Amino acid sequence: MSEAAVKERVAADRDTLVEVAGLSRVFDVSKPWLNRVIERSERMFLKAVTDVDFTIGRGETFALVGESGSGKSTVAKMVVGLLGATAGDIHIDGIHMTGPVGRSDMRKLRRRIQMIFQDPYASLNPRWRVERIIAEPIHAFGLATSNRDVVKKVGELLEVVGLDPRDGRKFPHEFSGGQRQRICIARSLASKPEFIVCDEPTSALDVSVQAQILNLMSDLQDEFGLTYLFISHDLAVVKHVSSRIGVMYLGRLVEVADTEQLFSAPKHPYTRMLLDAVPDLGMSGRKRTPVSGEIPNPITPPTGCAFHPRCPLAVDRCKAETPKPRDVDGALVACHMA
Amino acid sequence: MTDSAPQDSTAAETAAAETAPSERGLLARALDSDIFHSFKGSKVTMLAALVTAIYFLGALFAPLIAPYNPFDMASIDLMDSQIPPVWVEGGDPRFLIGTDDQGRDLFSAILYGSRISLIVGFVSVLFAAVLGIGLGLLAGYVGGSVDTVIMRIADVQLTFPAILIALLIDGTVRGLWPGADRSITAFWVMVVSIGLSFWVQYARTVRSSTLVEKNKEYVQAARLIGIPPLAIMIRHVLPNVLGPVLVIATINLALAIILEATLSFLGVGLPPTEPSLGTLIRIGQNFLFSGEWWITIFPGAALAILVLAVNLLGDWLRDALNPKLR
Amino acid sequence: MTDPLLSVRDLVVEFPTRRGVLTAVDGVSFDIGRGEVLGVVGESGAGKSITGSAIIRLLEPPGRIGGGTVTLDGKRIDTLSDDGIRRIRGKRIGMVFQDPLTSLNPLYRIGRQISETIQTHLDVGASEARRRAISLLEEVGIPAAAARIDAYPHEFSGGMRQRVVIALALAAEPDLVIADEPTTALDVSVQAQIISVLKKLCQERGAAVMLITHDMGVIAETADRVAVMYSGRIVEIGPVQDVIRKPNHPYTKGLMGSIPTLEARHGKLTQIRGSMPRLDSIPPGCPFHPRCEEAFDRCSRERPIPEPVGDSQVACWLHDPATAREEAAS
Repeated sequence: MSEAAVKERVAADRDTLVEVAGLSRVFDVSKPWLNRVIERSERMFLKAVTDVDFTIGRGETFALVGESGSGKSTVAKMVVGLLGATAGDIHIDGIHMTGPVGRSDMRKLRRRIQMIFQDPYASLNPRWRVERIIAEPIHAFGLATSNRDVVKKVGELLEVVGLDPRDGRKFPHEFSGGQRQRICIARSLASKPEFIVCDEPTSALDVSVQAQILNLMSDLQDEFGLTYLFISHDLAVVKHVSSRIGVMYLGRLVEVADTEQLFSAPKHPYTRMLLDAVPDLGMSGRKRTPVSGEIPNPITPPTGCAFHPRCPLAVDRCKAETPKPRDVDGALVACHMA
Repeated sequence: MTDSAPQDSTAAETAAAETAPSERGLLARALDSDIFHSFKGSKVTMLAALVTAIYFLGALFAPLIAPYNPFDMASIDLMDSQIPPVWVEGGDPRFLIGTDDQGRDLFSAILYGSRISLIVGFVSVLFAAVLGIGLGLLAGYVGGSVDTVIMRIADVQLTFPAILIALLIDGTVRGLWPGADRSITAFWVMVVSIGLSFWVQYARTVRSSTLVEKNKEYVQAARLIGIPPLAIMIRHVLPNVLGPVLVIATINLALAIILEATLSFLGVGLPPTEPSLGTLIRIGQNFLFSGEWWITIFPGAALAILVLAVNLLGDWLRDALNPKLR
Repeated sequence: MTDPLLSVRDLVVEFPTRRGVLTAVDGVSFDIGRGEVLGVVGESGAGKSITGSAIIRLLEPPGRIGGGTVTLDGKRIDTLSDDGIRRIRGKRIGMVFQDPLTSLNPLYRIGRQISETIQTHLDVGASEARRRAISLLEEVGIPAAAARIDAYPHEFSGGMRQRVVIALALAAEPDLVIADEPTTALDVSVQAQIISVLKKLCQERGAAVMLITHDMGVIAETADRVAVMYSGRIVEIGPVQDVIRKPNHPYTKGLMGSIPTLEARHGKLTQIRGSMPRLDSIPPGCPFHPRCEEAFDRCSRERPIPEPVGDSQVACWLHDPATAREEAAS
């Protein structure tokens, strides 16, 4: 849709913060030129993300769920601008991120978007002290003038995430995984953002630590009015934190629905398969139907609907035609059989 | 692989992590570190470090320690030439280990010569390191065609032996600036040629470390807030890729000293009026079989001991830093 | 337990370091019955992997067994010579590790690796070994096993590779399989498949399983009994239904409360304040007491002894009969 139309939509619908339309990303994984010439091999492309649409409302938590190769991390990186999009548009608060954006506009936008990463051990520069790490965004966006101001702000941020202000003098390796993730959260709050993309923030943490971090993130959302894009492979976690969920398979969104609806009445066969694969901790005696097959190679995906080789409902049409997402009972489902 | 187990370091790793707060100063932390302990545990290394330190200090304080200044033409008397060491018949207590063919006191000459060897060694290693680290960082971080070009230049560089480069550069310099002061031009010719021979090692190591660090989340976090690439390379990546550099530099120092000696031996180095250890060895070679063995043996031994000590130090450093190298 | 297959009593594993001896496993005791699946669950640093490694003597130096006994079928295996323990590995105890990439030798075809194991431990010829290998691969669900047997490990996907590792672990027909985080490196949909393969094969062969994992969900589906570890000790051990549905130890309660499940309502997760203590700063008495909501003064002085509660054993002073009597009196 056109620039003006998007601005209009966003202005009218004051509640939409993030709008993603037709987002795609293709990676060129061909062998080097010399090899191709000698071996006469073709160029190879990996379609990591194809035609993804979704919106996120202000103050909402939208989750993207999928397994490896689903493209969810790639989408996250594109939304924050770490990776360029091959096609499609991303609008954040009406500003067209993927189009030509002026330097100062980009800078203002960057201040409002932040990201929390999966690996708490690689997210912090091991050679920097914690206060320097947290102060980096403050300096980058000119949010404090005097040194004392910076130190004060860093101390406040550390307290907000449940750490001691004196911890600022320490190095990352002196902290546990959960504490490091808190430091990452403090860093992401330093620029006072509105929108935070969380890429599997608790996957590398122990279960009890995960609970602490998820609770903290929920408290912060209430306190600062944050909007989250939450990426995960863990359906139980996602059920707990998000209001709307998008399920991805091999680069495409196969289902988007409100949390309640997704879990009580999943429409896409892959969503059902994922739900069945979650272990029955409540020991409710839920029968688990074993899942068949594995995720195909994204460089040579199946034709038509990428899920058809593993799908119990597949018919000929599924092999030939890629289903487009359509509205089924208020959810968006990309399946011919839904 | 989406799932990863929570970081389950072995108990040993957990134990190895620093328990003391890092508010203590750098020196206190250094003395308490595992590296220092490994140092204290190896007698050979401590000896090597001692020897290197002695050379260092000797070279530094040469003007104060040496009985004579062998570079001062006025203080040399040709009549004093080829005097044997003091414990051999015909020796002179003024010259402890004898004199060379020009009448220079060998002990002073070795002190001053070591000075040259060490200075040339350090400066050329510094040059190689700065060049190599810079190019390696650039190649690793920027990637693409910049990476390809730099790496191919590196490959070509390796096909040229250092001596050939030195001769080429020396000849070029002599041609371009025929009247220049030989001692200064020769010094820089050596530094540049030795430096050019060694930068590739640094570049390659730094490049591969940079490739690893570039993909880590802390670099992405910096990119996210719009920090420019140059600032990221220097402030974030550089401190994390310097680890192996120290080891390479130490081993390179030994090689640089030998290389300088070789070049001086071949006559491409400093002029004979300011002899380095290599020059002394060359001069002495002519007299070896006519009986004046001390002119070549003592400088030769001095060179060998220095190089051995530096090598041992480098070996230990490599092993000590290894398990800690991420 | 009468006639257990594996019996571990008061096992201590320590790591001598420059700063002193660190105890990673401090007096762990449990039995594994023939054919049963014992889950050993705990968070990182609890010592569960080290317990498994200690049983088969694959501790990373400077780790060493500092005390206790490990008995397999009535005979001590912790005091065996290197040769002796080597004969046990594979033949009596099979192992499945987390990373299938490093469990298989990338240079050899999988058929050769499996046949080699069979021939080393069982008295069969080469062709018989190969026949058995193919049959094993079929059992673990490798399609076209007869053709794939000559493939290299890198030609398989992650899930398939782990199936091969399971086949390898069971090739010499061991009585016990120690599986250390066998599904953690795999995708969610594949995890369920692998666990069911492991369980099926072990059941068919009557092999017992020591399943070490941090994932309670896997335990809930697979294990008969479960031991919960914290700071190198077992805090609770019992039938899986009981421990999961009605946990007795405050740590187990906190742990179960902090796991998000599909069935639970939206809302705050239970959180246990603080984190597991580092090895060099384990508190006296009960190691969990600084984080425990229900701790009282005895907890900080004396280390709890496991007491029977129902079919489980719980190491907590709250369940000591003396405490109950005190409370009843007050």
